[in-house]
Amino acid sequence: MPESKYLIFLGCVIPYRVSSYEISARKVLDKLGVELVEMPEFNCCGFPLDPINHDMMLTLAAQNLCLAEQQNLNIMVLCNGCFGTLNHVNKELKEDKKIREEVNGYLKEIGMQFKGTITVKHLIHVLAQDVGFEKIKETVKKPLNQLRLAQHIGCHVVRPRKVVGFDDPENPLTLKNLIAVTGAKCLDYMDETECCGNPTSSVNSEIPLQLAREKLDHIRAVGAQALITVCPFCHMMYDLQQTRIERKFNEKFRIPVLHYPQLLGLAMDMSSDELALKDLRVDASELVSVL
Amino acid sequence: MSKNKETQEKEIGKEMVLKVSDIDPKFKYEMSKISGAEKVMLCFQCGTCTADCPIARFDDFYRPRKLIRMTQLGLKEKLLSNDAIWLCSTCSTCIDHCPQDVGIASIVRILQNLTAKERGIPTVYEELASIILKTGYAYMIPESRLKKREEEGLPSLPKAKLENLAKLFDATGLSKIFEKEMT
Repeated sequence: MPESKYLIFLGCVIPYRVSSYEISARKVLDKLGVELVEMPEFNCCGFPLDPINHDMMLTLAAQNLCLAEQQNLNIMVLCNGCFGTLNHVNKELKEDKKIREEVNGYLKEIGMQFKGTITVKHLIHVLAQDVGFEKIKETVKKPLNQLRLAQHIGCHVVRPRKVVGFDDPENPLTLKNLIAVTGAKCLDYMDETECCGNPTSSVNSEIPLQLAREKLDHIRAVGAQALITVCPFCHMMYDLQQTRIERKFNEKFRIPVLHYPQLLGLAMDMSSDELALKDLRVDASELVSVL
Repeated sequence: MSKNKETQEKEIGKEMVLKVSDIDPKFKYEMSKISGAEKVMLCFQCGTCTADCPIARFDDFYRPRKLIRMTQLGLKEKLLSNDAIWLCSTCSTCIDHCPQDVGIASIVRILQNLTAKERGIPTVYEELASIILKTGYAYMIPESRLKKREEEGLPSLPKAKLENLAKLFDATGLSKIFEKEMT
C-alpha cells in the first residue's frame, strides 16, 4: 500500500460545524503530495454510543474499518475521538479472537467481515511519520518566526498509552515539533495535557466550560498569541465556546484557536481565505496581519 | 431553610451507613468476568484516578475511586442509580496513571452499559441514537451545511446504508434498550 494515499474519515463533528479544519487539511495535504480518497459509505465512528452499548460501538467502528479494507486503503482521521475509537477497535479486533468473532457475528447480519488488513492514522501521524518533517520544512515559504503559540493535542490521539503507543502522553512533543517546523515558537503552559471536557458536555454543560476556562487562563498566562488544535471537538470547546466562557466567568481571553493545518497553510503562504480563517469564531485577523 | 439543611444532613448520614441488604456479594465476580473489568479487584484505593481526573476537580460527586470501591463492595443498586457515572469525559488519564492497571474508565463504561441495560439511558443518548439510526451521523447535519460544502468546493458527504444500521441496532441489542426507553 502506498503511504501517501489514504481514505479520509471525516466523522460527524467536522461536517456538522467545523469545516474550516477539513478545508485547510485538504489544502495542505494536497501541497504535501498526500492523496485523499473519499469514504464510499459512512457511519458514525461509534464513539458516542459506547456509554450505552459497547457492542454497538465496536460494530459501528468495525463496519467503517471493513469499508476501508474493501478499498485496500489505510484510514486517515482528522478527529481525535474518531481516531481513538477506530484505532482502538482495529487493534482489539486484530489481537483478540473472541471479540473479533463476536463482532463478526454482528457484521454477518449485513454481509460484512472484519479481516484486519489496514491501519488507522491521525492527521498528525501522517504529517510527522509519513510525510516527515524534512518535507514539511521544504514547503514552508513564509516562516512564522514572530508567533508565540500554545498547543492542545487532546486526549484520544495519545491516550490510553498502551493502546495508542504514540508520543508521550505526559509530555507530547509531536504537535509541538509540527508547530516548530512553521517557524513559530511553541510555549509550555500549566496542565498542557488536560482534557478539553467536551465529551461530558452532552450530560453536563458546566464542567467542560470550567475546564476550558482554566486552560485558556493558563495559555494567557504564558502570553501565547493563539492556541493550536488537531481535533474538531476540542476546537469547539475553545473557539466556539470562548465567548460563552468569557461571559459566564466575566473574563476576556480573545485567544484565536487555529486548526494545525491552518497554521501550516499560513507558513506555506496560503491566504486566510484559502484556509477558511474567517470561519473561526474568535477573530484571527490581527494575528495574521502581523505576519 | 435550616430545617432543610437538617434533613439534608440526616440524609447524608443515612447514606454513610451501609446495610447488609444493600450489598450484592456476587456483583464483583460478575463484573470481573466482563471484558475490560477483569482487574476490578486489584484496586487498592490509592485515589490516583480521582486526584488526576479532570471531571472530579469540578464535580463534587464524580469520584472514580469511590465507584470502584462500591463495585468491590457490591453496591450495585447505588451504582446503577448514580447519575454521576455519566460524567466521565473518556480522557483515559485514570487508565494511564493507575499503578494497578485496573482500567478505571473501562469499568465506568461498563457500569454505564449495565445501567443502560437494566435501568434506561439519559434522554440525550436516546436522541443521539435516534439521529444515528436516521442519518448515520451523530448530528443532524442541516441542508444549509450541505449546500455550503458545495460552495466551498468540498466533496459531497458519504451516506450510510441505513438499512444496515437498523440491522446492527437489532443485532447488538441496542434497539431493545432504545424501545424500553420509548415506551
